[in-house]
Order: sequence, then structure tokens, then C-alpha cells
Amino acid sequence: MAEASANGPAVLRGRHDFPEISGRIGSIVLDGRLPRHFWTAFFLCFLLVLLFLYSITYLISVGVGAYGIDIPVAWGTMISNFVWWIGIGHAGTLISAVLLLLRQPWRASINRFAEAMTLFAVAMAGLFPILHLGRPWFFYWLLPLPNVHMHWPQWRSPLVWDFAAIATYATVSLLFWYMGLLPDLAVLRDRARSRPAQLFYGILALGWRGSAYHWARYQVVYFLLAALATPLVVSVHSIVSLDFTFAITPGYHSTIFPPYFVAGALLSGFAMVLTIAIPLRWAFSVKDLITVRHMENAAKLMIAAGMIVVYGYVSEAFFAWYSGESYERAMMVQRAIGPYAPLFWTMLSLNCGLLQLLWFRRIRRNMPLLFVIAIAINVGMWIERYVIVVTAPSRDYLPSAWGEQSLTWLDFGILFGSIGTFFALVFLFIRILPAITIFEVEELAEEEGKLR
Amino acid sequence: MSAIADNRPGSAIDIAALRKRLAKGGETWRSLDEVAGTAEFRRFVEAEFPAIAERLPVKPNRRTLLKLMGASLSLAGLAACSRAESIVPYVSQPEILVPGKPVYYATTLSSDGFGVGAIVESHEGRPTKVEGNPDHPASRGATDAVMQAAVLTLFDPDRSRTPLKDGEPASYGDFLKDMAALVSRWTASQGQGGALLLDASTSPTLAAQIDTLRARYPRLKIYRHDPLTTPAAGEASRALYGSALTPIHHLDRAEVIFSLDADFLGEGPGRLAYARDFAARRRVRNPSDRMSRLYAVESTPTITGAAADHRLAIRPSAIETVAGGLNAALGGQAGASDSPIDQVWMAALLEDLKTAGRNALVIAGPQQSAFVHAATLAANAKLGALGNTVELIEPPDALQVDGDLGALCETIGDGVIDTVVALSANPLYTAPAGLDAHKAFSSLKLLVHHGLYRDETAFLAHWHVPAAHELESWGDIRAHDGTTSLVQPLIKPLYDGKTVHELLAVLSSRFEADPLSLVRQHWAALDDDAWKKALRGGIVPNTAAKPVSVSVPPDLGGLRPAAKAGNGIEIRFVADPWLRDGRLANASWLQELPRPLTKIVWGNAALISPATAERLKIDNGKIINVAVNGAEVDAPAWIVPGHPGETVTLSFGFGRKVGSVAALSEGYDGFHLRHGSEWFAAGAAITPRENSVRVITTQHHQAMERRAIVRHAALDAFRQNPDFVRKDAPPSPKESLNPDWRYDQEAWAMAIDLSACIGCTACVSACQAENNIAPVGPEECERGHEMHWLRVDRYYAGPVDAPETFFQPVPCMHCEKAPCEVVCPVNATVHTHDGLNAQVYNRCIGTRYCSQNCPYKVRRFNFLDHQSFDKDEAGPEQGVHNPNVSVRSRGVMEKCTYCVQRISAKRIQAQIENRDIADGEVVTACQQACPTHAITFGDLNRKDANVVREKSAPQNYALLEELNTRPRTTYLGRISNPNGKLARPGEATDG
Repeated sequence: MAEASANGPAVLRGRHDFPEISGRIGSIVLDGRLPRHFWTAFFLCFLLVLLFLYSITYLISVGVGAYGIDIPVAWGTMISNFVWWIGIGHAGTLISAVLLLLRQPWRASINRFAEAMTLFAVAMAGLFPILHLGRPWFFYWLLPLPNVHMHWPQWRSPLVWDFAAIATYATVSLLFWYMGLLPDLAVLRDRARSRPAQLFYGILALGWRGSAYHWARYQVVYFLLAALATPLVVSVHSIVSLDFTFAITPGYHSTIFPPYFVAGALLSGFAMVLTIAIPLRWAFSVKDLITVRHMENAAKLMIAAGMIVVYGYVSEAFFAWYSGESYERAMMVQRAIGPYAPLFWTMLSLNCGLLQLLWFRRIRRNMPLLFVIAIAINVGMWIERYVIVVTAPSRDYLPSAWGEQSLTWLDFGILFGSIGTFFALVFLFIRILPAITIFEVEELAEEEGKLR
Repeated sequence: MSAIADNRPGSAIDIAALRKRLAKGGETWRSLDEVAGTAEFRRFVEAEFPAIAERLPVKPNRRTLLKLMGASLSLAGLAACSRAESIVPYVSQPEILVPGKPVYYATTLSSDGFGVGAIVESHEGRPTKVEGNPDHPASRGATDAVMQAAVLTLFDPDRSRTPLKDGEPASYGDFLKDMAALVSRWTASQGQGGALLLDASTSPTLAAQIDTLRARYPRLKIYRHDPLTTPAAGEASRALYGSALTPIHHLDRAEVIFSLDADFLGEGPGRLAYARDFAARRRVRNPSDRMSRLYAVESTPTITGAAADHRLAIRPSAIETVAGGLNAALGGQAGASDSPIDQVWMAALLEDLKTAGRNALVIAGPQQSAFVHAATLAANAKLGALGNTVELIEPPDALQVDGDLGALCETIGDGVIDTVVALSANPLYTAPAGLDAHKAFSSLKLLVHHGLYRDETAFLAHWHVPAAHELESWGDIRAHDGTTSLVQPLIKPLYDGKTVHELLAVLSSRFEADPLSLVRQHWAALDDDAWKKALRGGIVPNTAAKPVSVSVPPDLGGLRPAAKAGNGIEIRFVADPWLRDGRLANASWLQELPRPLTKIVWGNAALISPATAERLKIDNGKIINVAVNGAEVDAPAWIVPGHPGETVTLSFGFGRKVGSVAALSEGYDGFHLRHGSEWFAAGAAITPRENSVRVITTQHHQAMERRAIVRHAALDAFRQNPDFVRKDAPPSPKESLNPDWRYDQEAWAMAIDLSACIGCTACVSACQAENNIAPVGPEECERGHEMHWLRVDRYYAGPVDAPETFFQPVPCMHCEKAPCEVVCPVNATVHTHDGLNAQVYNRCIGTRYCSQNCPYKVRRFNFLDHQSFDKDEAGPEQGVHNPNVSVRSRGVMEKCTYCVQRISAKRIQAQIENRDIADGEVVTACQQACPTHAITFGDLNRKDANVVREKSAPQNYALLEELNTRPRTTYLGRISNPNGKLARPGEATDG
């Protein structure tokens, strides 16, 4: 570890002690004295929450025809939003579970909010398949419930697998996040001065006393859950991608999709981690806990995942040509020069072009620049999802049925509403729960020998 | 009124008016809101979340308008139509009326005044579906797209519901009082100053009534205003033979057909019969089969041109030259050197015509000049075809009149006429340019208007009397060949409308005449049995006009080419194929039915050729100003491949703002540019404007992209290689991971003969009527939300100036290995025991995955609530619904079911009778409507079934068979019969 520190910025800067760490992190929550711009930002997000609620109400009461979809492009932004949000969730699981199993100590200070990010992203993502439905109030018909309707899900449909995959992912993410929160909840309970806060955190802490038994069991469960969550990183997005690959539509029907979707998920996930972490460490002056090292590692993972995505693009185009399938080829050509070409080229320039800047250490360590790149990648990944969803059916088998879908205010209302809701949840999380894992940073400080 | 009234936010209740209304008694009401019919009461639920939906800022947009169309007034309207009666169940049930079982009646529908026989399905006294009458010579069992909408216009809530005196509701008794005064005035003055304005009609009863009126009021003037009139054939025969005659064609006898701008498959009273005969001569199943050959020269793209083996697009003024040249060449003279068409082409045509001899047929476009008709008659005579493929009959619509609308306006202007009774005509919309009909009619002392709608003329009229719909009327009407058939009502007049015969009877002081007796009296020669038989069968036997034998004319009767090939743009006027002269503009089905070639809906456009568009730098949708003879109109341009250059096609029927549905549509009014009853104009100018507007079309891509979609071959190629559809086709896999289905009962399947399909779109309209398919309005159509289960794809191949045109009806393929079935997460689309790919609406949650995975994109989704489920919102338009087909709510997928309700009905019948379903017993709606028998449907498990025979034809292929979806709907490749001596453009560009 010392070697790593010698190469670059440390994972923990300065010298700390336990009360100082727990006090600093805990006080964000317990004192509730948050900077004014925190509330300003929250207020802005809250406006978007209202927009989200309005848009959803509108959508459900008027019908899905209110946003841009049509025949032939019957899937639209609800699906691309869904895939995008699910992807964003991936970085959290990767950081918390995979890096835990790989014993990467730098994860400690960012895993909590990365997990929270996962959870909120999955919460957002989970809404979209429901909003996508023509009759959203019957979404539970996808569940294998023995009921009076006398029907049963059709197991051949990837949408059923999808439903199961998301539900599993959301459950495991929630459990994992909550499990990891327990020791910190106990710290907050102990440090809380007001009775309501003590009660609130006390109940949530489930009687954590920090005994050796507790810690031993905690370790077992936490690692078990991590082991359970790790395959999910791969499986969830693979299954999401099966929604597409299972279809015979040219542009959907491609075996590259599962790995390519997972890589895309990690790319957008880490971009979102940076989008949140860079302002967070600045706003709460925790630059010594979340260091440039974290940011740089995330950027490295971005470029790694991003290059797989680029490989996915290349392979998709190559196999469209190599397969000799005229429909595939025509679809690929139409994607590049057809009505969605501007989006396609924007996507390529962001996800393939701009990404290459991350090869340079100077850029990786330049926080404003990294932030801009992260935002751009987020945009690029959304466009990628959208392009995949809409271009394929808009140019499939019978030219007579070719057509494009439009984007209405509702498409954007729901997208930006969900982004606002996501950030509003992140703000609430920062206000209510410790955004940085207290005990793991303490552990890290001890392991790194940075205790005072 | 109608839906516009919904805009009023919470209209106040007029207590005084209410008190007055309720004082009459007899009404039951629940609340003041209800009885006043306020907006709050009327507008109830939008969907499953009424309370929320109401608070959203959705103004009653066009879609809701469409849905509501006039339902708002249903309370008042229904109260007006009949007194409340207490309803009790039948004590003894009428013999023929079994609840749930439809009854079928023969009647006749009018098409531009001519009769087309129909069998109308009636559910508990409610007509819901029009089918063709197989015994009627103009129908032969088929219907066209327009006839299907008769049931829709019957239940149109915008229909005029009450007599209006100066625009105010009045009673029919008051009207009769005023008419009695008129009658006594006319009796005194022998009809001086009075005029009747008639619509196109072939009714013998009407003609007799006119004669009676003439006898009664010798000075009464009779005018006829038919904006779509085509008098040239009569003029030509008058010049040639001294009497007006009209040609009827026998395409079943014709081997070589030459159409001189005649759209005989799509226009004219005999089109259904002609299409049937034409297709019958072109049915090729074996290499030894023969087929006729069609040459077409036309001045605007039509479906006849699309069906032609050789087609040339030339400017309207050049048609006369071609006709003259043809006649001269057949007479042995050298063809004119200035012929606008290729000499090789002409020579090949002449040779073919001469070879066919009496089996040749030259058809002149009805809109063409008298010279063209004369030349055509002469050419047919020279070929020996007169009397064989062409026969001349007395025109069924012959009626002695004093002139047309122009003459009427002139006499009004002279102060000779001060009273006009306009019967079913709407001259104020259809009046030509340069004729100030408004001024003329405004100066009248009395204008009585009789019509289905409170239209432009009704607004000006002193008295407006609602007309009875043809499904509410007694009447008689003649077909293109003169056959008379009876019109019998399917339902009592909904709004106490009067037939034209009743109005005419009133004018001859028979104020209380019963509409039935007026017609029955005319047919007094028929005894009761014969009358009943005529009613049951739909036609009066032996009433077809006898062919007149004429001598070969020595010359062309002195007729000379009329058209001057001037400089500038030429205009070709056409009637909209569905709205005709605009009288059907309020039928949402027809507004939303794609025009056969352009696929434009909810509006019209000025059609121009690609070359003209290039020269003037015009894009689709660009507004162009078309000016001729001092009149001008702004219209969106639409580029049509195969349109003649420097010519613009303008259509009638749009630009109306009267009627809630008509007002939704876009487009221009072609009558603004038309002078007199001309169909062509020369010397026009096109000026592109700066702006563009949307033109809504349902098909955005015209080329097949080198895909084997419509597989086609020339007859010779077919003879050499009957399996041409397999040539170069991608291999179709045979293996599948999914196990095969077993069919112990039927296995339904369909075959569509692309050689027979003429693209007339009757099937689409029939499907809409049969399956309660909701019209969605222009906004939704523009967004690709249209709901037609069956679409007719139109592809072009070859050069843009002379392309080949292909039509391909695409219903659900009912795939054996259906891609939609495996992806539905809730089992809402499933395979049935008899091979259908069924859609279970109430199970569907609307993931739309099935549509995404459907390679044919035949599934339609209810993106919004297109149907009304609210009983308080329901208007009379609900009456048109087929009770055997579920009405779909929003959020569910729907698609072609192979008319599963018809299959079920026949299965039940067969099971009751303990037998198998016979072949041909189940007929789908599209199949039944099809004029050319292009669609065959039946049970694959019956080896003797028609559909099995069709599918065993060598040119049978499945669309996209390389996907291994194994469609049950297959196509018979299109076979054309080009002359080997003429290279056909686009021949090389096979899919």
C-alpha cells in the first residue's frame, strides 16, 4: 500500500484520530448545519421532484401516447432512462462489493455514497419499466402471483427475467447498504444529543453494540452479501441487455450486448460517482478523506470500462457487416447517416472521443476538468441508450413501416425530473445518514498508520 | 354546437330556458347540470383517473374533439329525436329478431348518384356494417372504402337534427305551413320565379316526381348541380349518334386495354365491377394461364396506372393528341409526328390492339373532353370492340334539366328566380371560382335547403330541413349499367330527416306523404311479391339498360380537340377518392384512410412531379401558390413519382370548416381554382411560398431498399421460371427451437394475390368498420399513432418519372413461430388452437415488446384513450360499433385477428349443426370487401380449401420468410404482362 501511495496521492491525507473522524462525519448529520448552497441545490432538485411528480401524474392519467413513442418505435425514453439509471447503479455495487472482496482499501471513503447512489439509481430505474407500461397500474401482473386472474408470467419473455433481476438487485443493494450502515448508525445514535435523533438512529442501528461477536458476524454477513452482490454487477445489466438481444429486430439482436452493456454501466456509474464526489468533497471539506486518489482511480476505471464500450461499438458495426445480414447492415448504415445520425455521432464523440482525455494523469487530477468529462460521459451514455432503443425499430425489416419517434416535453420532464429526484435523495441521504463510512475510514486510518 | 361547446368553462345554467323546457314534461332528469347539459356534466371521465385527468391543462384538443365529436349535444339531441318510450321486453319475440344475432338487409348506397348494391348488417335494429350485394351488378359482392363509412355517417353526431328557420330551430309543421304558402303561390303563378336545385341522382322515382312537378308548375325551373359531373361522354355520343349515350365496359372480355386517362379501377360508378372483371382476366396460377394487358396514358397518377403493364404520364392537354393519333393510326393514317408519346410505345400498343381486335378495349377517362370520347368510340368501332367490350347505353342519370349552377346563378342575377329549393346539394361549398353563388343565393326571397348537415348552404338558407340518411330512406337508384335497385331503410330516421322524395311530394302539395308509399307508388307495376323480392334481393330484375346498337361514325362528329397546350403549368382536378366533392368530409374513417398512392390522411396536397419540384426547388409540404385565370389557392406541395411534369393535381373535398371532424382536417379547397365544371386547366402558374406546412402521411419510405418484399415478374419470366419468387430470395430456415403446434381442428390462413390487388384500400376501410378501430385524428396520425390493423403498403421501383408502383396489403401474418408471442411477459398474445395469433386485450399491460419484435410492424397500440367508455359522454357515434368486437381501452396492444368474431360465429353455427366449417364459410372483412378477390381465407387443414389451392401456386411466398416466422398470411407474387417489345423501366430493379 505504501508503494501505491508513493506513486500517487494518498487515499487518506493528514493524520486523524477516531473521535475526530466520527465527529467530523457524524456532525454533518447530527448538527444539521449545512452550508447554504446545500439547501439551494436541494431546493432546485426539489423543483425537479415536483416536475417529476407532475410528469408522472400526467403520464399515467393521459397515457403513454403523451410522450414521443409511436409505431414502429414503441419503446422510447422510458426504456433508455431505465437502462441508463440501472447502469449508474453499477459503480456503487462494484465499489462496495467487488473492491471489498479484492481488498482495495481506497474504496472505504467513497463506498457509502456510492452504495447510496446505487440504491437511488435503482429506485429511479425501477420506476421506468412501470412508467413505460401502457397500463402501469397492472405492473404486478409480471409477478408470479397465484391470483384470480388465472394467468402466470410467460417465462420466455426477458421482461420477466428483467423484473426478477431488478428486484433482486434492488433487494441485495438495499441489504448490503443497510448492513454497512449499522455500525455507523450506532455511532450516530451514541453521538446524538437530541432524543428524537437517538431514537431514530437507535432503532435503525438494531441494537448494535460493537461487541466482538457483532463485528465477527458483521464481517461474515457483509462479505457474504458482497459475494452475492458481485455476480449481480454482471447479471443485472446482462439481463437488461437481453431485453434487446432476445428480439429479432436488427440492431437489437446482438450477442455483444451483455458485456457491452455491463461495461457501459460501469462507465456511466463511475462517471456518476465523480459527478457526485467532486462537488461533495469540495462542499463538505472532506478533501482529506476523499482524495484525488479516489477520483483518479475512478477515472481509470472509467477509461477501462469505456474502452470495452468502444470495443462494443466497433464489434457491433463489424459484425453487422461481417454477418452479411442485409437488414443488420442497413440498420447500421441508417444509424450512422439516418435521422438519428446527429445523436449517434454525439454519442461517439463523447463516449469514445472525449473519454480518451482520461489517459492523461494531469487531466485525471484536474477536478473541474474531470467533473466536466464525467458529466459529458453521463450525457453520452444516455444518448447511447436512446440510440440503441430507437434506431433499431425505426429502421427494421419493412421500409414501409420505417418511422421515427419524437421527443415531447414529457420525455424531458420525466428524465430531468428523475435526475432531480435522484439528487434530492442524495441530498437527503447526506443530511440524514453518514455519507462517508465512519468505521471504515477509522479502520483505514489505523491500517495506513495515520492515527494521531 | 358539438364539441366546441365543451370549451366553455362551466357554462352557466339558463334557469328560464330550463323551466320552459321542463314544463313540457315527459323528461326525467337527475340534476340541473344534466338537464341543462352543462360542460361539467358532459365532460366526465378521461380515463381510469378521472379526477386527475380533469385537472390537467389538456384543452379539449383535436383528439378529444374527435372522440367527443358532438356527443355533447346528445342529451338535447336525443330528446329531440323521439319521445321517451317505456321499454319492456318482448312478450312475443318478432320472428326474425333474435337478440345477439345480426340481421342482413339488402339496400343500395349512392356513389356520386349511382347505386351500388349493399347488404347491411343490423344488430338489434342498429346498422353496423356494409357489405356488397353479390347480385348487384355494380357491387358483385364487393364494397369500396367509401361505402363502408355509410354506417359512420348515419351515426354522425354532427348531422342536422331539426328543421331550422333562419337558423333557429323550428318544427316541421312550421316548415309545412311555409311550404303550403309556397305551393299556393306557385300554383297561382305556375311556378314562376321558382327553381329546384338537384344533386346528382339516378332515381326513377325522383325523375317521375320532377316530371309531375313540371306538369304542375310549367314555369318551374329545374337545375342540377353535380360538381363531379362528367358530361363529355354524352356530348360525344350526341355529336356522333345524335343521342346521349354512356359506355359500359366489359373488361372480362378484353384482352388488351388502353386507358386514356381513365381511372376505371378507382373512379366511376362501375369501378367495383370493372375491377372484378379486370382482375379475373389477370389471375395466373399456372404457366399456361393467360392474362390481359393494360396500357395506360394518364395525366395524374391513379391506381389504374399503378396496375398497368405499361404506363405513361403525360400532361392533360396531350391526351387529346394521343386519342386523335390512336384513332388516326387505327384508320390507317400515319400517326401525327407531334405525338407526346414514344412512337415505339405507340406502335407496340397499336399492334397489340389490332391483334386483339374485337377483344381490345380503349377507355376514355370520363373527365376527358368530348373529342377524346369520340375518338375512343371511333377507335373501338374500328377495332370491332363496340358491342363486345364496349356497349353504349342510355345514361342512367339522364334527367331533363334547365341548366347547372352557373345558369341558376345567372337567372337569379337577372331577377327571374326568387325562390330556390336545394335538395341535397351544397352549392355554396362546391361552386366554381368566378361564380358568386353566395351573392346570388343571398338575394333570394326564399332558399330552402335539404341536407344531411347544416352545411355552408344551410347557413344561408331560410329553411333548412334535415335529410334522411340513405340508411334511413326509402328510395330507388340505378347502377352504372342502368339496373334499378331499391333503397330500403335499416333504421327509422334518427332525427326525423326527410327523404328527397318527401320534399318533392311536399312541393306537389302532398304534405303527409309516407316515404315508402312515394317509392312504392312509382313501382306500382310490381306486385307485392315482386316488390318483396326486389327488396330482398336488392335489385329490380330486368331493369338493366339495353345496349343501343349504333352505326360506326363516319367521322368524329365534327368534334375537335378542345385543349390548347398553353405555356405554363397545367392543372388536373380530381375528386378526393374518399371525400368526393367534400360531402363526406365529416366521416373520420375516410379522413383517416390513406389515399391509395400518396398515403396522405387528414388533408390534401397539390401533387407535382419530381422534375417540376426540382425545377422550382419545392420540397414536400412547401406551400405553393397555384394561380390560374385570376383565381389562386395556396396548397402544400407533394411530390409524387410518376406524376406528369409541369402539371399539378388538385383535389376537391377539403378546406371545409363546417362539421367538427371536417374542421380538424387540413388542406385546401380545390373548388377555389375551378371554373365551371372543368377538370383541366392550362396556363397556370406555381409560385413557391416561403413557408411549409405538415402533410400527414402514413408511409414515409417508398422504396423497397433491395429487399424481396413485393416479389414480381413479367408473365414471360413467370412462364420460364414459375418459381421466380424463390429466385435470389434469401434462404428460409426450417429448424426451430420451439416445438411445432398441432392443429386438430382448423388451421386458418390467408393468401393475398399481389397481382390482383389494385391498392383501392377498401379492405382497410372494411377492417376499420368491422373491428371497431378508432380513428385517432390528425395530430395522432402525424405522430404515427394511427390504428389501422391492415395497411396497404405502396412501393415504387425504377425511375422517379416513370416508376412501377406496387401495393401490398399487410395484415397480421399470424406467424407460426410468432416473435411477438415469446416476448410478452404476461401471456397477452398467444397462439390459439386454430393457429391464430390472438391478442388478449384485458391481459395486456402494454409493454409493447410484441410490437418491437414484430418484423412486419402490424401491431397497433392504444397510445391514448381513443374510445369513449363513458356512458354520459357517449353520443350516437357509439351506435356504429360492432357488438361482437371488444372496444379497446388505452394502454393495450391490438392487431388483426383474422376477424376472429366471424370465425367464432361460424364455428358456433357449425357446431349447432354438428358439421365442420365449410370452406369459404368464414369470410374476413377485408376479403369480403375486396373488389378483385385478392384475398383468400380458409382452413389449411382442408385439402380442398381455396386457400390451400392459392398457396400451392408457384408464386406463393411468405414475407420475410428468412426470419423463420412462418407466416400464415402469404403472398402471391405480382405478375404483370408487359409487351416484350417494350423495355420496361425498373424491370431490372427486382427486390
